[in-house]
Amino acid sequence: MSHPPPPHGPVRASAGRIAAIVLRHVYLLRASWPRVIELMYWPTIQMVLWGFMTEFLLTQSTFIARASGVLISAVLLWDVLFRGQLGFSLSFLEEVWSRNLPNLFVSPLRPVEFLVALMLMSLIRTLIGVLPAAGLAIVLYHASVFDLGLPLVAFFSGLLIMGWAIGMMVCALILRVGQGAENAAWLAIFLIAPISAIYYPVAVLPEWLQTVAWALPTAAIFEGMRAVLIDGQVRFDLLVRAGVLDLPYLGLGAALFLVAFRVARRRGLLLQVGE
Amino acid sequence: MIRAAVTCHTIRVTYSDTVSDTAATADIVVAVENLAKTFNGTPAVAGVSFTVARGQTVALLGANGAGKTTTISMLLGLLLPSAGTIRVLGVDMVHERHRVLGRINFSSPYVDLPRRLTVAQNLTFFAHLYGVCDARERVARLAEELDLAALLRRRSGHLSAGQKTRVSLAKALINDPEVLLLDEPTASLDPDTADWVRAYLAAYQARTGLAILLASHNMHEVERLADQVLMMRAGRIVDRGAPGELVRRHGRRTLEEVFLDLARGAATGALRHPAAQ
Repeated sequence: MSHPPPPHGPVRASAGRIAAIVLRHVYLLRASWPRVIELMYWPTIQMVLWGFMTEFLLTQSTFIARASGVLISAVLLWDVLFRGQLGFSLSFLEEVWSRNLPNLFVSPLRPVEFLVALMLMSLIRTLIGVLPAAGLAIVLYHASVFDLGLPLVAFFSGLLIMGWAIGMMVCALILRVGQGAENAAWLAIFLIAPISAIYYPVAVLPEWLQTVAWALPTAAIFEGMRAVLIDGQVRFDLLVRAGVLDLPYLGLGAALFLVAFRVARRRGLLLQVGE
Repeated sequence: MIRAAVTCHTIRVTYSDTVSDTAATADIVVAVENLAKTFNGTPAVAGVSFTVARGQTVALLGANGAGKTTTISMLLGLLLPSAGTIRVLGVDMVHERHRVLGRINFSSPYVDLPRRLTVAQNLTFFAHLYGVCDARERVARLAEELDLAALLRRRSGHLSAGQKTRVSLAKALINDPEVLLLDEPTASLDPDTADWVRAYLAAYQARTGLAILLASHNMHEVERLADQVLMMRAGRIVDRGAPGELVRRHGRRTLEEVFLDLARGAATGALRHPAAQ
């Protein structure tokens, strides 16, 4: 029996496997309206709450009066980070809950392709969650996150990449210690919330904590957002800083996942996770 | 008669005749040598060696904890061996498994398909994952062969055990594999459905030259499907041979009696029947 090389190249074959995983999760979303509604629920509720808060603060604060959209934009961008991470981790957990990991990893799917597919699913889930809330903010409060202009693309990308990095770390933890660690998918991101300068500048933090905050791409992104909305200034230095910082976090997340995957193969955990 | 079926990844040459023993030994598709796996110092598999030839069915037979599932997991690449080598279709499974995973597949009642997806969605998704070009046609053909047409729109989680087994088998054959690993393929099935599954597997194998490695507790299944039986105990192969040959050699009437002898270590006196203790 002869086995010639595939009629199409390895890149196309790889893209096909990534698309297959995305298709599997799109099937899942299409079949489950409660899942889709849940994706939109929290970003919308958060936005409505902070919208009313903004309306109140407008009468009390000259700072808010200078940039009424700053709080709503912060809420929506924070949700990009949160939904990005949660979208990644939940797509992984769907495989754990359905005990499908062995089926996936006896197929030609490579772990890196699996990670790329989870990133794409995270993007889809984030857009489903955040876009309706952003649209509603325009209708209800005349506050548009799109006023950020082109830098919004950089902010969105930077936060999404950081969300993926944390998502990979969470998935590595679940692979390593089992399904008991699944709550980390909802909790992990909040570890960096206080030092991400979401609603207040980094300068508010104690000096030693400022150093930690500036080591996160999120602080640079939220400072950059305020610079656009309050000062009308695009701080390219902050955008570059966020982009440069994102890469090592993404690399660290991927490395931790791949190490956890190898450990799982050595210890036989791929067959046990989800049981 | 030989025909070629082209898929995205392989050109399969399929046989209309069952492969003879002589031809089988000349066409090894699975070669395992001194395979071992240790968990925290405890050996689960302790130096097993065997081969599976094209068109052949080899059964791993042993009591719970004998090392059957561990062996199959290592062959699939889900578990890294502590020692030894595994070559599937000539490829080193420890270091290059992605070169060959598209040409093998597996099925186990202990590994679910996504329950919220319909049968059609599951099969389509796996067809794409394995790079099957004509996914729709392949799904339709397997649905017809495995009598799944009426179930295609049903969610996998809503199926009975027998229906799940047939869907799992369809998934395992979606890429027209050359090597199929089955972990207790008819566990929890009623005798009629189990018989149907065995008949289907035997017919499929005769048609395609598929090599099958199966782990089972079911003696009837092993006697019916297996050309070779590897009797495992405590991670080792303690005897091997064709089912009839094992029965004759041990001077027993059935394979089950041979199994009980070996599982209880009658030959060495390592284990005694509970009633005798």
